[in-house]
Amino acid sequence: MNTVAKKRKLSMGKVFVYLFLTLASALSLFPFYWMFVMATQTSSAYNSIPPTITPGNLMVENFQKVLQQIDFFGALWTSFVLCTIVTLVVLFISSLAGFAFAKFHFPAKNFLFITILLTMIIPPQLGLIPQYFLIAKAGLLDTLSGVMILFFLNPLGIFLMRQYVSDSVPDELIEAAKLDGCSNFKIYRSIVLPIILPAFATLGIIVFTAVWGEFLWQFTILRDPENYTIQVALASLSNTFNVDFGMILSGVFWATVPLIIIFLLFNRLFISSIAEGSVK
Amino acid sequence: MDSTYQKGKKGKKKNLSESKKDRVSAYLYIAPFFIIFGVIGLYPALFSFYLAFQKWNGLGEMSFVGLNNFKIVLEDPLFWKSLYNTIVIGLIGTAPQIIVGIILAILLNVAFLRFRSFFRVTIFMPYITSMVAVALIFSVIFSDHQSSLANYVLGLFGADPVSWGTSEWGTKIAISIMVFWRWVGYNTIIYLAGIQSIPNDVYEAATIDGASKFQQVIHITLPLLKPFILLTVFFSTVGALQLFSEPTVFLGASAFTRDEAMTVVMYLYRDAFKLQSFGTASATAIILLVVIIIFAAINTYLTSGIGKKRRRG
Repeated sequence: MNTVAKKRKLSMGKVFVYLFLTLASALSLFPFYWMFVMATQTSSAYNSIPPTITPGNLMVENFQKVLQQIDFFGALWTSFVLCTIVTLVVLFISSLAGFAFAKFHFPAKNFLFITILLTMIIPPQLGLIPQYFLIAKAGLLDTLSGVMILFFLNPLGIFLMRQYVSDSVPDELIEAAKLDGCSNFKIYRSIVLPIILPAFATLGIIVFTAVWGEFLWQFTILRDPENYTIQVALASLSNTFNVDFGMILSGVFWATVPLIIIFLLFNRLFISSIAEGSVK
Repeated sequence: MDSTYQKGKKGKKKNLSESKKDRVSAYLYIAPFFIIFGVIGLYPALFSFYLAFQKWNGLGEMSFVGLNNFKIVLEDPLFWKSLYNTIVIGLIGTAPQIIVGIILAILLNVAFLRFRSFFRVTIFMPYITSMVAVALIFSVIFSDHQSSLANYVLGLFGADPVSWGTSEWGTKIAISIMVFWRWVGYNTIIYLAGIQSIPNDVYEAATIDGASKFQQVIHITLPLLKPFILLTVFFSTVGALQLFSEPTVFLGASAFTRDEAMTVVMYLYRDAFKLQSFGTASATAIILLVVIIIFAAINTYLTSGIGKKRRRG
């Protein structure tokens, strides 16, 4: 009897686990589905009772309206260029500095490293206004370079790279290369770089998605719709009082689809990069 | 690191110029960060402190006004309203995130679970959507209209429709829900990583001692998860106090003219870029910095206390 009761309790627990996780998954996915539904409906569909939850046939029309409102593909391209350049620059800066902190001995090393970590505490809003004037003074207001520069500052990148280089690049390899007369930069390029490529993927994902989704700074610097990134362009869709939900969600939907595809292709890497970023 | 040090020492006699060369390389390699930080991080931060004591419209002359900017901000009811809004939305949006995140992580880790990676991926997926996209999706679900999806669901339970975009609590709750939706999966993944770093034999020993699954969660999982909980509490606190995109996009055209969901960063932004009052905006930034430090300290202290009390009890 005891074992029967135990078994039943166990299966009750199982039912609970699956129920809870299924519910959580459904709630996670539902807004994506709803976004798709609304992207294919007339704007008045959301007024109907009960609410429409099946797709309509206005996919093309709604997206054409988006294209009339904003330069959708231009903004998507702008965001892509922005994120790619920022990611490459951050990877370069972080890996070089990470290499230096992991494998060189120099005065004030620990002090400098702690300083880098401390810079993470400065909230971005504190510098917002001076940064705005700095960019304005440099004549970079309303340009992509003006947006980009701020994102080059990435202390987390140095932290992760130092960790990775010191864990995975053996000192003996560097010693040997030095005996062969390799310059330090050549050691970085031909020994360190190939070894830390996996870490590049991880940090690259963190940087790319963070810059892709950032809004406050892009919104502050970019004024001319011609220069909008996708986030600023999407936000501008709802900036009129005359709201066309079908059109808005069509824009959001088509801006999200590429991300979902990339995510599904690399989800293992995505998830482990978040976990790694927290553990280390 | 140690071994490099020793080698550096050993090599000293042999080749002094080489260690000098290493030193130069190292400084060169870390220089880009510090140059960028100086220009775009440190200088603006210090300039903010300077600006907070000036009256400036962004174009004309600055004039020193002492603590007057702080006085103006602290005497402005709208500032206090924005601080109140930020704290309320932060609390409703992030506290449940941590609890639900822990539960989800524990469930995702149970041994018998099938479709594990499917659940993991779907629960994490909201995180990849940008906050702007989330705010736009939720502004449709939580529209003021009688028959918006949120109001329809409320109607099923016999509740009256809420004007989500204009009412005091409707706005806050809608924004909190979108913050919760986007971040809960992110926290879950961090907790999951934490749970998986707990060695299995700790649980095995507890099972042999006759501890139930629930007891194991309370006495093993939670205490060992504490560093990860502290980390997420810290980041959520800082993030919640910096809330900007969600309310701004959710409220659309009326974002800076109404006060139900004006957050501190929106207040700061409005002062600077809508009212051209850069002195008071900088003062607000500094007040926000102090608030962030205080709240992060309080929350970290409170969270680190939880595990201890529980173990004693």
